[in-house]
Amino acid sequence: MKLIYDFHQTMVDNGFSLVYEGEITHQITKAFTAIAENNMITEAEDSRVKKRVFHVMVECLQNLTKHSEEIQSQEPIKNGTGVFIVGKKEDAYHIITGNPLSNDRIIPLRDLLDNINALDKDGQKKLFTKVLKEGALSDKGGAGLGLIDIARKTGERLDYHFEPVDEKNSFFLLKIKVTRDSDEY
Amino acid sequence: MDAIRIKGTDDTPAVTLDVQNGVFEFSGRSLPEDVTTFYAPILDWIDEYAKNPGNKTNVVFKLEYFNTESSKLLLDVLMKFEGISNTGHEVLISWCYMEDDANMLEAGEEYSEIVDIPFENVSY
Repeated sequence: MKLIYDFHQTMVDNGFSLVYEGEITHQITKAFTAIAENNMITEAEDSRVKKRVFHVMVECLQNLTKHSEEIQSQEPIKNGTGVFIVGKKEDAYHIITGNPLSNDRIIPLRDLLDNINALDKDGQKKLFTKVLKEGALSDKGGAGLGLIDIARKTGERLDYHFEPVDEKNSFFLLKIKVTRDSDEY
Repeated sequence: MDAIRIKGTDDTPAVTLDVQNGVFEFSGRSLPEDVTTFYAPILDWIDEYAKNPGNKTNVVFKLEYFNTESSKLLLDVLMKFEGISNTGHEVLISWCYMEDDANMLEAGEEYSEIVDIPFENVSY
């Protein structure tokens, strides 16, 4: 019981309004985005901030859904399927995702994230257009489109961390900030 | 040819492709569970239409929201219409965006840079 109370208190202290661990499906994505939209409407959140939070949630959940599908076809992983957290602080919303991944996927993913973070707005636009074109020309393309778009729509760097699990696997954490000022980026 | 009339839902757009009435329109929200399956019959329909297109085709996009997965398929749709335009038939894309939705306007501008068809931006 104490554990539950501590857990509750941790959520409150960090402003977490939604914490989920498990498989992410399309239905769950719809439910979570609907909850977040309703909360933001109740709190009279600025419409541009609402849109940005909605968009980041959709893209993050989509990445986790794809990941869920992938790991279902593999042997069960003891580190869970994925975690999804939405938190709100005074100045910003935070959307945090986590999922296990095999170590050989770290380098390309880190390269992509570093590349996105190093680019300015115009560079991100060019990269988005390039990946979009490649994606339209082949079924396999389009990897990372969601991440590029998140960076563009939030104007924030993509904060990430790879936590080693064992020799073969790590846990990938991604934290996205959506500021609550309503300026366009 | 038979028209396509798909009603919109909270995650799929309303789509009308109707040669008789000259209506070619995509509206609403696009974040389907399976984008490829959703857009496949639409792309097939445009392929069929491309065999004998009208002299003037005005395609209206009036989307409130689309995810990045849909953005690839929307580009596929636009590229099919670009093909029709390349065969000497007039095609005009009307890209509609809500007045305060800079992102939607920008998305249209980006598409217009990728595909070679006349675009007009329409705010509402």
